[in-house]
Amino acid sequence: MNTIAAISTPRGAGGISVIRISGEDAFAIADKIFSPISTKLAPSQMNGYTCAYGKIIADKEYYDDCILTVFKAPKSYTGENVAEISCHGGIAVTESILQLIYSKGASPAGAGEFTKRAFLNGKMNLIQAEAVMDIISAEGKASLRCAAALREGALFSRINAVSVKLIHLLGEIGAWVDYPEENIPEVDSHAMTETLSLAADELEKILADYDCGRIIREGIDTAIVGKPNVGKSTLMNLLSGCERSIVTDIAGTTRDIVEESVRLGDIVLRLSDTAGIRDTEDIVEGFGVKKAQNKIDSADFILAVFDNSEPLTAEDIEIADRCAERNAAAVINKTDKETLLDTAYIESRFRNTIYISAGNGDGLTQLQNVLSDIFKTNSIDFNKGILANERQRGCVRFALKALNESIAALEQGYTLDAVNILIDDAENSLLELTGERTSEAVVNEVFSHFCVGK
Amino acid sequence: MSYYIDSYDVAVIGAGHAGVEAALASARLGAKTALFTISLDCIANMPCNPSIGGTAKGHLVREIDALGGEMGKAADECYIQSRMLNRGKGPAVHSLRVQADRVKYHNHMKHICEMQQNLDIKQAEVTEIHADDGHITSICTRLGGEYKVKAAIVATGTYLKGVIHVGDVSYESGPDAALPANFLSQSLRSLGIEIRRFKTGTPSRVHMRSINFDALEKQDGDDDIQPFSFETDRYKMKNQVSCYVAYTNEETHRVIRENINRSPIYSGRIHAVGPRYCPSIEDKIMRFSDKPRHQLFIEPMGLGTDEYYLQGMSSSLPEDVQIAFLHTIKGLENVEIMRNAYAIEYDCCNPLDLKHTLEFKQVQGLYGAGQFNGTSGYEEAAAQGLIAGINAARKVQGLEEITLPRSSSYIGTLIDDLVIKGCSDPYRMMTSRSEYRLLLRQDNADERLTPIGYEIGLISEKRYNAFLEKQEQINAEIKRMKKTTVVLSGELNAMLEEKGTAPLASAVRFADLIRRPQISYDDLAPFDPERKPLSYEVKEQVGLKIEYEGYIARQLMEVEHVSKLEKKKLPSPLDYKAITGLSLEAVEKLNRIQPASIGQASRISGVSPADVSVLIIWLSQQK
Repeated sequence: MNTIAAISTPRGAGGISVIRISGEDAFAIADKIFSPISTKLAPSQMNGYTCAYGKIIADKEYYDDCILTVFKAPKSYTGENVAEISCHGGIAVTESILQLIYSKGASPAGAGEFTKRAFLNGKMNLIQAEAVMDIISAEGKASLRCAAALREGALFSRINAVSVKLIHLLGEIGAWVDYPEENIPEVDSHAMTETLSLAADELEKILADYDCGRIIREGIDTAIVGKPNVGKSTLMNLLSGCERSIVTDIAGTTRDIVEESVRLGDIVLRLSDTAGIRDTEDIVEGFGVKKAQNKIDSADFILAVFDNSEPLTAEDIEIADRCAERNAAAVINKTDKETLLDTAYIESRFRNTIYISAGNGDGLTQLQNVLSDIFKTNSIDFNKGILANERQRGCVRFALKALNESIAALEQGYTLDAVNILIDDAENSLLELTGERTSEAVVNEVFSHFCVGK
Repeated sequence: MSYYIDSYDVAVIGAGHAGVEAALASARLGAKTALFTISLDCIANMPCNPSIGGTAKGHLVREIDALGGEMGKAADECYIQSRMLNRGKGPAVHSLRVQADRVKYHNHMKHICEMQQNLDIKQAEVTEIHADDGHITSICTRLGGEYKVKAAIVATGTYLKGVIHVGDVSYESGPDAALPANFLSQSLRSLGIEIRRFKTGTPSRVHMRSINFDALEKQDGDDDIQPFSFETDRYKMKNQVSCYVAYTNEETHRVIRENINRSPIYSGRIHAVGPRYCPSIEDKIMRFSDKPRHQLFIEPMGLGTDEYYLQGMSSSLPEDVQIAFLHTIKGLENVEIMRNAYAIEYDCCNPLDLKHTLEFKQVQGLYGAGQFNGTSGYEEAAAQGLIAGINAARKVQGLEEITLPRSSSYIGTLIDDLVIKGCSDPYRMMTSRSEYRLLLRQDNADERLTPIGYEIGLISEKRYNAFLEKQEQINAEIKRMKKTTVVLSGELNAMLEEKGTAPLASAVRFADLIRRPQISYDDLAPFDPERKPLSYEVKEQVGLKIEYEGYIARQLMEVEHVSKLEKKKLPSPLDYKAITGLSLEAVEKLNRIQPASIGQASRISGVSPADVSVLIIWLSQQK
């Protein structure tokens, strides 16, 4: 059985969330992301029924402090090796750790899958098992209903548009390969790359919308960054001040990042005020700066604050560099003072630049428009067109990965039979959403669009 | 009045491409075998194309040979032109196709059967199959002769209740004017076997002297011929004939359109299902009306005859219309038809009644093979004949029957498709039907299947040892390529740049260069002083296995993933209604098909992932 992971506690901003990893590679994955503090043992060396305090760190990026508990097969809920991570309850934190775990080799757990495994490994009696079967069968019916809804929905038509294009391409390749004597035109590799790239773009958009949907449900993880005393706290207060209802107040007591959720029009921002970014010799401050920099890399959206009344500094440029190719807006503060800042430079580095002054709320409307623009909240219909869950997202992500590989294989000059299996993989993954099978779809395509045969 | 004649372990009914492979395999495995045919002059006849192989079909022939079947060797013996199709489209889809001398092929196969120990050949129409308590007991011929048998293989092709249609004329007939088999269908029905009606067609044959070859495009065979059989010496092969290409035109299409109501299919007189992949010319013109022309191939039927075959012009229009539309084609203005085109309807079974061994679920010891199982094509038929023959013999001998997984071969894919998904029109093998294309190449059929052929006893010790030696050489050379560093030189970089790939800045292993699609194993010979002389076949494998390593690994992972589900066996018979949680559609399909494993169940259309989860849980409850 492959290794699976999921958040096992109810979603939402509780005090603590538990992420469960179960399967053969559970400890190997835990080793990759957990750096123990209270013990010298890596998770795979720990005894069953023991726990350790430590940090989730991977690829030099810090995520959270947590407690990791180890259960060794067969003495666990599922009967497999299980590692449970208790981390801080924020959705963003938990979700990003879960994504990290997926990236290290676990796959998303299906509904009831931990329980199913528990049964398969003899951890449950027959009556319990019957109950699980009911759940799974109900799940099947629900997903059928969901699939039916999907067919009528915008998501289906979006996925289907991509799928139809790929099937058509596969049909062309199939006819060209299976009927070499029939004058079927050779599939042009440039046209093919173009079709594949368009398909990949569309999948990327679908994924972005999913992220966007998540962002809107859970709030935009927003980092306010800037060199010290540039006015970050002013901006934070300004945003909070215009806000009548503070949605939650996540205490960031263990961090040097203050978090606050505010509503701006339709959008919820989860603001993090970070330590000022500057070069420093001070170890403690340096740690805070490092965290601020990490925050820039992990946030959904960055508000980079600059001081209108001071000339551009090396720190400002570094911030602009870090914000390149990210969802970011420049906020130029202190516009009531004389302009010494090279605002043209800032405008050239950011797609959006907003001018504010502490005493003036004008910039807020502008900021709201920028956010709507970036996260396309105006164009999103929450009832349709968005992937419903992690499983669907996993399918689309796998399809996108396979498409990108196929484009790369074409570029490298691999023959079409090799490229073809990558496109097959992508299409299979998309059809998994609609319950069809690729090989049949392709054969049907060949016969309906090509006049072939002896 | 019937009378006892003899007893056999295995009786094969029909001596076409399926029957011949079945009878030879069974006899070679030591079973006392009888091969029945309506006419001895029709053994291994090619009533349609005088050709063997083609896309995916060529793969099947290579696999038949790798398992120890006869078709590849016979094709190497009787070919008159050979071409490797799809060169340049990647190794997975290289497909061998030959023109064969039809009469020579028949004579050759007949003689091979005659010389085979344990095999008796009998000209007789089998009319009845008898079973007792679900086990086959005997078969009867039209003359009343009774043969006690432990197993029988039905390979009746298009003979079973064959009806030929030409325009508004139709009459009972087998292919090529042979007698039809009019009685066996009823006997099969009485055993509880579902009988369906399919149709297929064939174009006309014309006289060489009436063709204006100057007006046609010529098509020659390959200079460097690759044989079908792994045992045939590639350096002895030569082409002897050319084929030609012609095109229909607006005038051809007009003649056909104006007479379409005289087609038995368009007028509704034929109801049977025809093959999608092999449309008649009238079908092509009606369905693809925007195509200004269609291609046809003009192919010799053999060396000792002036008959030519018009590939692409199958038709059931009346004879006068056939003459009229052929005369509109450039090069065929004065063409003289020797045999007219016709459509043929015939009885066949529903392959959902078969197990993966090709034995019927209803009757122990009764097998089906070839066109009777709903396929089309000589190669598809031969592949099934071989498997049915092997299994009938093994069953009689008390040995475990063999089944080939999809990931092992096109043969396995073909049979799995038939018995799990069924077919609604005659089934033709295509490379797009295999999800494991990159593993199932025609060049490595021996690696995939020869160990199985050896184990069951169809591959000789000598051939097996040669195979092992080849594999050893391949593996040793791959290892050397991965270990050995290429010496940097100006010549090497010049070669790399000339081939359109980046020059080297630092030394790499040979394998790293072979992985570049632009560079072949042979390209590196001048830079590899330690290279030993190796055969063409070994070098080909070394190159392919290194270049496509990543893709092969990807497919192998998928195979491993799927094989876990294949190993979860389901009992049979099983009433799926009794399992709570399955969808209604799944219950219906599962009850009909009775899959042998969860893996098979998961491929049935209408069985959802949730149904599969329910089955997995139900199965583990049974322990």
